[in-house]
Amino acid sequence: MKVYASVLKLRLLIGMQYRSAALAGVATQFFWGFISIMVFEAFYEHTSITPPISLKELITYIWLQQAFLAFIMLWFRDNELFDLITSGNIAYELCRPTDLYGFWYAKLLAQRLSSALLRCYPILLVAFFLPKPYNMTLPPNAITFILFIITLLLGLLLLVAISMFLYISVFITLSPMGSLLLFGVTGEFFAGLIIPIPLMPLWLQKIAYVLPFRWTADFPFRVYSGHIAQSDAIIGVFIQLGYLLGLLWLGKLALNNVLKRVVVQGG
Amino acid sequence: MTLYFKYLLILFKSQMQYRTSFWLLSIGQFFIPFSVFAGLYFLFERFGQIKGWEFFEVALCFAVIHLAFSLSECFARGFDTFSSLIIKGDFDRVLVRPRSTFLQVLGSKFEFTRIGRLLQSSIVLIWALTNLPIEWSLVKAVTLFFMIASGVLIFTGIYMLAATMCFWTVQGLEVANIFTDGGREMAQYPLNIYQKWVARIFTYVIPFGTVNYLPLMFILGKTQGDEILYMLTPLAGSLFIIPCFLVWQIGVRHYRSTGS
Repeated sequence: MKVYASVLKLRLLIGMQYRSAALAGVATQFFWGFISIMVFEAFYEHTSITPPISLKELITYIWLQQAFLAFIMLWFRDNELFDLITSGNIAYELCRPTDLYGFWYAKLLAQRLSSALLRCYPILLVAFFLPKPYNMTLPPNAITFILFIITLLLGLLLLVAISMFLYISVFITLSPMGSLLLFGVTGEFFAGLIIPIPLMPLWLQKIAYVLPFRWTADFPFRVYSGHIAQSDAIIGVFIQLGYLLGLLWLGKLALNNVLKRVVVQGG
Repeated sequence: MTLYFKYLLILFKSQMQYRTSFWLLSIGQFFIPFSVFAGLYFLFERFGQIKGWEFFEVALCFAVIHLAFSLSECFARGFDTFSSLIIKGDFDRVLVRPRSTFLQVLGSKFEFTRIGRLLQSSIVLIWALTNLPIEWSLVKAVTLFFMIASGVLIFTGIYMLAATMCFWTVQGLEVANIFTDGGREMAQYPLNIYQKWVARIFTYVIPFGTVNYLPLMFILGKTQGDEILYMLTPLAGSLFIIPCFLVWQIGVRHYRSTGS
């Protein structure tokens, strides 16, 4: 466990080096957030039916999405790992006296964590002080906030577990693009990145609720705004835990399986 | 111009060497805007309209912008990835050749896999056009063509500006994404749904409004007034590339090699 902790710490420090890149990212995400809010605002303006999620909740949802983008994006990837697999340098990794799954998991976790830590503060801070109606609001009470933190962190762990499958699949396909696209497009759609899940048609919502992607992002954000009641949120935490353990187990199994068959060509 | 086509042909051949990867990437490029479009469709299914715009009207707007974006990403990719030329010091080679830098950088890279994106937006375009009650005339057809062409020029202009920044910063700037990817996201809806100040910036500073809003209203028959004037608005927007070109020339003069 100590090994993984130090990998995590080291990677966090490396990630923190890229401050100017993070700043540029913040600017982009702000613009993005504004655009999506204005689009939704225009949609809401003349609507005759009451939408399933209020505009205020939606705005909070969008700002959280922008602030914690690194926790959602499946596109966010480590090319180093892909290169290791395709170039055969994976042999070195196998020589290390640590379990490969845990080692990579810690590495990927640290990358997302450092990226989000750099970006979330400026976005959240400014989003709170924006003029109405664009500002972000505080969660309704302290318990909701605690629940939000728990679900967000569990969501992050879950997302990294999902993304591990991406890297495992490259052992078989040898080209990351295909799986990246498949995971990226479907995963982000069903995590509510393109349109929030409550705004999807019912049949699509049903699909989204079954898949694990929605528990990584959509769920914590809606817990924050109080759109999901506290009692439901607590049940949700257990579902998240269930998914997490299941995916970790499956991922480990799959990785051990492909490693058994891995062929390293000399060179 | 012949040189440009030679560049085009050679790069096409070289990309075709990796055929499977090419097709996979193309298919991927098809599905990325597809999921965005699906999102748009579902929003309309729930809300019915956006500030008085119908689904197919917005779909037309979406198609025009995405067509322009994919074309410019395919043909002006050289400027988009320009920072790598600077970092590696390869721009020195470009400078010693007796041809214009503009042409050489433009020809340094093409991204043919954007054909997937192109196909997706073409399908949306046809779908939208067959479902809209438009009284077609020659002027309107020309306007539609101008809209796409002018969109390509505007995106290319933004790529050039971003590339020019590299002369000073060496590193590529992510901020430019605001105007390319962000501009695309924004311009896929008619401009008047946004706040006034946003609409103004994107009409007078970066003229997306002349591509997706004014001529669109004309095609959909929402305007009165001079037809020819509306037909020409996209042309006015494409003038945007002239200052970009001038800035590029200034940038080239300021170039200092990284010497690696």
